[in-house]
Amino acid sequence: MNTPALKEWPLWEVFVRSKQGLEHKHCGSLHAADAAQALHMARDVYTRRQEGVSIWVVPSAAITASNPDDKGELFDPAADKIYRHPTFYAIPDEVGHM
Amino acid sequence: MYTQAMDIPDAATKPAGVSRTPDAQDAAFEARIDADGRIEPQDWMPEAYRKTLVRQISQHAHSEIVGMLPEGNWISRAPSLKRKAILIAKVQDEGGHGLYLYSAAETLGTSRDQMLDALHSGKAKYSSIFNYPTLSWADVGVIGWLVDGAAIMNQIPLCRCSYGPYARAMVRVCKEESFHQRQGYEALLVMMKGSDAQKAMVQDAVNRWWWKCLAMFGPPDADSPHSAQGLRWGIKRIGNDELRQKFVDATVPQAEVLGVTLPDPDLKWNEARQHYDYGQIDWAEFWATVEGDGPCNRERLATRVKAHRDGEWVRDAALAHARKQQQRKNKEAA
Repeated sequence: MNTPALKEWPLWEVFVRSKQGLEHKHCGSLHAADAAQALHMARDVYTRRQEGVSIWVVPSAAITASNPDDKGELFDPAADKIYRHPTFYAIPDEVGHM
Repeated sequence: MYTQAMDIPDAATKPAGVSRTPDAQDAAFEARIDADGRIEPQDWMPEAYRKTLVRQISQHAHSEIVGMLPEGNWISRAPSLKRKAILIAKVQDEGGHGLYLYSAAETLGTSRDQMLDALHSGKAKYSSIFNYPTLSWADVGVIGWLVDGAAIMNQIPLCRCSYGPYARAMVRVCKEESFHQRQGYEALLVMMKGSDAQKAMVQDAVNRWWWKCLAMFGPPDADSPHSAQGLRWGIKRIGNDELRQKFVDATVPQAEVLGVTLPDPDLKWNEARQHYDYGQIDWAEFWATVEGDGPCNRERLATRVKAHRDGEWVRDAALAHARKQQQRKNKEAA
């Protein structure tokens, strides 16, 4: 990209906790000069209708993501380990809920 | 919206032979599209798919941003404090929608600056509906009812778009859009209970906007260069003509409740089709406006460019402040 990188505000990922007791969830991204401004803008862009009680902002460049090409190697090994699920085990009906 | 800026481990460090050949990538992409799967930013995608999305999402973002102008025209002259507060909230939402969409487009490898340059230089298009003037207060109501109503029709299927970040942005947009349509319709209901002059104002606004709203769905599918490929890729889900028909069918009963006449002598219920028939849209006017010759094209663009230039010192100052804070922090740590 030939955009002058220093002129554009860096990118931040925004996570919002919708209510006390729930986790922060990724809800989008925005550009801001620094963390304080990113928080301020996240409030205006992502919580105009009381969608949140808490906001996290993280520089996008600070996130390390798994490579989609590795999806198979990373996640397929779990597919044949069905004994990790409770439904793998047959329990007599008379035992009731377990 | 996950972004290209995220740090993916360097592909060069992977053992040789792991990366797939272009043909295999293409086949995997097509298979995912056929299975109605979703594409995420880091997934391989054909260049044409990427380009189509960048064009569509950035045009959509530009439309939200330029769309703030016709209504913004009435903020200072809204008839009451209540209507003014509602209008400010609505215009702020449109700005927010533009930001969600710019972020979604950026996940495809374009930058905010590139998109703004394209808009400001006139290279990028935005919805031509915003190149018409808002002449009376009733226009604000009609924009909410009809323009936002048409936009909702267009946008709901986009929530199922094959490109994940665009679909997620659209879910958010659609949730907020419903308020826009309802506030407009309600504002018109109030006017229609008012004086004869107020009723005439509403009718006049409907007359001016109706045909332009029908054109918002784009040319007939047969003449729409991007439609077929967009449908194939799951970017578009429903064709232009079907969406336009849905809009007409939904709007006619709303116009009856409101007590206005839609300005089309050919508009009537077709029992055999179970749809309303409607007259010919003036596509020559539509294309002239798209190509830059609408009544407000130049004014809208000039306003955007001026706003961007006037804001430059704010953007620079914020960056300078952030750098200074960082330097001070570094010095304290040393």
